[in-house]
Amino acid sequence: VLTAEDKKLVQQMWEKVSPRQEDVGAEALERMFVTYPQTKTYFPHFDLHHGSDQIRGHGKKVVAALGNAVKNLDNLSQALSELSNLHAYNLRVDPPRFSSQLLSQCLQVVLAVHLGKDYTPEIHSAVDKFLSAVAAVLAEKYR
Amino acid sequence: MVHWSAEEKQLISSVWGKVNVEECGAEALARLLIVYPWTQRFFDNFGNLSSPTAIIGNPKVRAHGKKVLTSFGDAIKNLENLKATYSKLSELHCDKLHVDPENFRLLGDILIIVLAAHFGKDFTPSCQATWQKLVGVVAHALAHKYH
Repeated sequence: VLTAEDKKLVQQMWEKVSPRQEDVGAEALERMFVTYPQTKTYFPHFDLHHGSDQIRGHGKKVVAALGNAVKNLDNLSQALSELSNLHAYNLRVDPPRFSSQLLSQCLQVVLAVHLGKDYTPEIHSAVDKFLSAVAAVLAEKYR
Repeated sequence: MVHWSAEEKQLISSVWGKVNVEECGAEALARLLIVYPWTQRFFDNFGNLSSPTAIIGNPKVRAHGKKVLTSFGDAIKNLENLKATYSKLSELHCDKLHVDPENFRLLGDILIIVLAAHFGKDFTPSCQATWQKLVGVVAHALAHKYH
């Protein structure tokens, strides 16, 4: 459960990352495709080369959704409701591994790369909890 | 047998060459105990683990972190022979320490994040991919003797 302190830390982190938001999404996706090749199976229709417009575009979408989640930490279920439907009924991405483990790990690596020392243990902890909470909401309607 | 390409071996050794084992080990273990607090169950005799600050400053955490990462260095020196290298350690973690191997995966992921924070952009996607493979293989070797 996200404490008030966790929420503050997540918002702080998001602010620090704002100038580079556009890059964060694409970088996380690229790292995910390189590190966990099985995730590419969900994107047979994409050009997955480094720097591809599709990865950039999709990265922006992912980051925008996360930004929306950050603005609605008190009400994640409602804020992510449509995305939750999309993942459950359309995309049907394997929930526990994909969202919560693989993409979360890659997002955190990108944040750590950009924030360095500023990715403190406290922020790391809050972000890990936040991404778990997001993944849980996205998986809510799977069955 | 896991296969390591020349590029992967290079990525492993070039990163490892720049790692301060004591600092990095301490940081990784501290973060494990902070981010996944249930892992504290294995460290009842470590004293004060009541807050992130306490954990980071705890000398037993630092010492044990260094021990763990030093052992990781042994893995790196024995990439072709990991299961044998970790045979005794695996038995120890199963029979004496009773550690669920899932925790090895958690620590591995945390180590990657510590490296990323440390090396910044130099921790490229290929670097991350190689190191995730490495921590996965190490975790597997450590779990190998479980029964």
